[in-house]
Amino acid sequence: MDGTPSGSSQTTGLLGYFGFLRKSLWLVTDGSLLYYAWMTALTAIALVGAHAWAVQVTHGMITTNMTDSVSWGLYIANFTFCVGLAAGGVMMVIPAYLYHDEEMHHVVIFGEAVAIAAIVMSTLFVVVDLGRPDRFWHLIPFIGRFNWPISMLTWDVIVLNGYLVINLHIVGYLLYMQYLGRRPNPLWYVPFVYLSILWAISIHTVTAFLYCGLGGRPFWNTALLAPRFLASAFVSGPAFIIIVMRLVRVLGGYTASPKPVRLLIQIIRVSMSINLLMLASELFTIFYTGGEHAAAGQYLFFGSHGHYGLVPWIWTSVALNLVGTALFFLPAALERGNVRIAACVLCIVGIWIEKGMGLIIPGFIPSTLHQIVEYTPSLTEWKVSAGTFAFGLLVLTVTVKLITNVLTGKLHEGVPLTKPEAVETA
Amino acid sequence: MNETPSFPPQGSGSPVLSRRTAVKGACATLGLAAFGAAISPLTKLTEDISAEEFLQQHYQELSAKDKQKVFARLEAETKEEYGAEVTIRDDRPIPGTKFVYAINLSLCNGNGKCVEACHRENNHNRQTNESYIRILEMPIGTMDMGKGNITYSHAVPAEGKFYLPVQCQQCDNPPCVHACPVQATWKEDDGIVVVDYNWCIGCRYCEAACPYHARRFNWQKPEVPADEINPDQSYLSNRIRPQGVVEKCTYCLHRTRRGRLPACLEACPTGARVFGNILDPESEIRWLFENKRVLILKEHLGTEPSFFYFFDE
Repeated sequence: MDGTPSGSSQTTGLLGYFGFLRKSLWLVTDGSLLYYAWMTALTAIALVGAHAWAVQVTHGMITTNMTDSVSWGLYIANFTFCVGLAAGGVMMVIPAYLYHDEEMHHVVIFGEAVAIAAIVMSTLFVVVDLGRPDRFWHLIPFIGRFNWPISMLTWDVIVLNGYLVINLHIVGYLLYMQYLGRRPNPLWYVPFVYLSILWAISIHTVTAFLYCGLGGRPFWNTALLAPRFLASAFVSGPAFIIIVMRLVRVLGGYTASPKPVRLLIQIIRVSMSINLLMLASELFTIFYTGGEHAAAGQYLFFGSHGHYGLVPWIWTSVALNLVGTALFFLPAALERGNVRIAACVLCIVGIWIEKGMGLIIPGFIPSTLHQIVEYTPSLTEWKVSAGTFAFGLLVLTVTVKLITNVLTGKLHEGVPLTKPEAVETA
Repeated sequence: MNETPSFPPQGSGSPVLSRRTAVKGACATLGLAAFGAAISPLTKLTEDISAEEFLQQHYQELSAKDKQKVFARLEAETKEEYGAEVTIRDDRPIPGTKFVYAINLSLCNGNGKCVEACHRENNHNRQTNESYIRILEMPIGTMDMGKGNITYSHAVPAEGKFYLPVQCQQCDNPPCVHACPVQATWKEDDGIVVVDYNWCIGCRYCEAACPYHARRFNWQKPEVPADEINPDQSYLSNRIRPQGVVEKCTYCLHRTRRGRLPACLEACPTGARVFGNILDPESEIRWLFENKRVLILKEHLGTEPSFFYFFDE
């Protein structure tokens, strides 16, 4: 490690890092009334979710509306969306490091915070989907029986956990150095930043392979799935980061340079166009060819044999995506925050439907014996999902607050520790 | 930013600080207590799962002695929870055997006796009326399953229809086995794909991977009245499955590995079902395979089923 100590004589290294975490914990639990209200609400929703999950585990997954026909539902839909969010978080990193855009460096860390929270949610969405979470240890390499490299699910376990560790390291290291008032040593984080770029692409590619590798599910069995996943991830991720940056500016008192946001909008414009192009290509192949491969697409977009469960969902998604994209292409998206935020929200919700229910459920309808059994999530599934999102937002809020505390200099090694009355203004 | 950060001092604190610390501590305690209350339904589950069950190793890693213990424990649990005396055995593949199943579609009339027999033989959940067999009623003149119906309930055979029973095809290239992240399902030497119900984590990736809708998940704890339980059980086949795991047809390995025929075959009144060892040159199944025109379901997927259909010319 290079850099010089920042004047204070506190311990560095592991002990110092724990001290940093302790102080961080203390400071992130300080906030305005609004902050406390927000955290309390999230905690309450997370607890409702935890309870619903506990009941589900005890009484069996009969409490969900999944069946042997539609054996994955809202949980795996949300899992897929969250993986995209996590992969998209890296879009800040690419321009910052590959193109040496210095202004992006401070903003990058917020993208990584989004990635961390999204990975936590993805993992939880898989855990709540397990029939036997008590046997989770069977999935731990060397302790259980890890079916690697044959099972794509084991690849997903590796890339998701790896991505979490990489991002925790980068965020933790950069913040700690800032806290110590030292210049971060590039050797300790730049290689990991490059690794995280490759890794981000891998998490969404592997997640797509999970589905497109199944020959028995024609709706998923398309080579376009992984590229489509990536394109939509590079919309939802940056869109989410833009919203977070805005909240940080309004509520957290940290104003980043406007340049990164402009760059993110350019990224979204390109990615969303590619995403819509690929969607059109997919639709053409499905409907022009017709036949057995069109059955799921027919059910999804137009309904089939009197069943229309997903039709309103998918057209809502198409409308949101088109309007959102149009807004992003307006010059006003660059100039006016409200237009920008509206565009972000529209695209995020549109992609949540498209990459969630719109992708997972038609994989099962019609079933492999070509029968139609419809699916709507049960109240338990909604509660557990809301709880998982709430927990993810808790993680995100805490991380973002910690980052702003460090970047604004509220938290550094030499903070005087005796003045208690500091109350932040939201 | 000119705000002064706050942080509790290590030693003596001002009263204001201690109050803030106390409030934070109280909130943290309250939060933990609320979390404990929220997940309290799990206590029932932890009481039900013994330490031996939790720590049980994968079937293929159990020694003969381990197996004895595990089987005894499972038998005792069945006695306690279902009130039935059962015997759980460890039926292993017979060397030189490869089981193959065939159905004569000219004879099958969709009467559903095989579906019922499977339900009883394999101790399926009475609540869901589950079975490992589904029968598609198809219009004559097509093999498009999309035109078929599995929920018919009229007299059979119906005019202009033929019947296509589908169960696990015991593929030689099984997508379900490849999908499983924990090797809880595998293919045995006689061709049967089995599940260790005590190792499955219930992710249902295999269910998504199977092109034949052959796998079933236990969405709840199965309910079977004591007097209806088939006591003649095997660890890898028809013992009562736990909640939250996947199960499937095993060609009744608790019967077939002891020289008997599958329950669905014995129940079939039309003689449409043929089962046997394809490696035996004298077997009927071998003769059919070599002499009939056969149909293999979704052959283009490359799953290589150990199951075929044929017609009388």
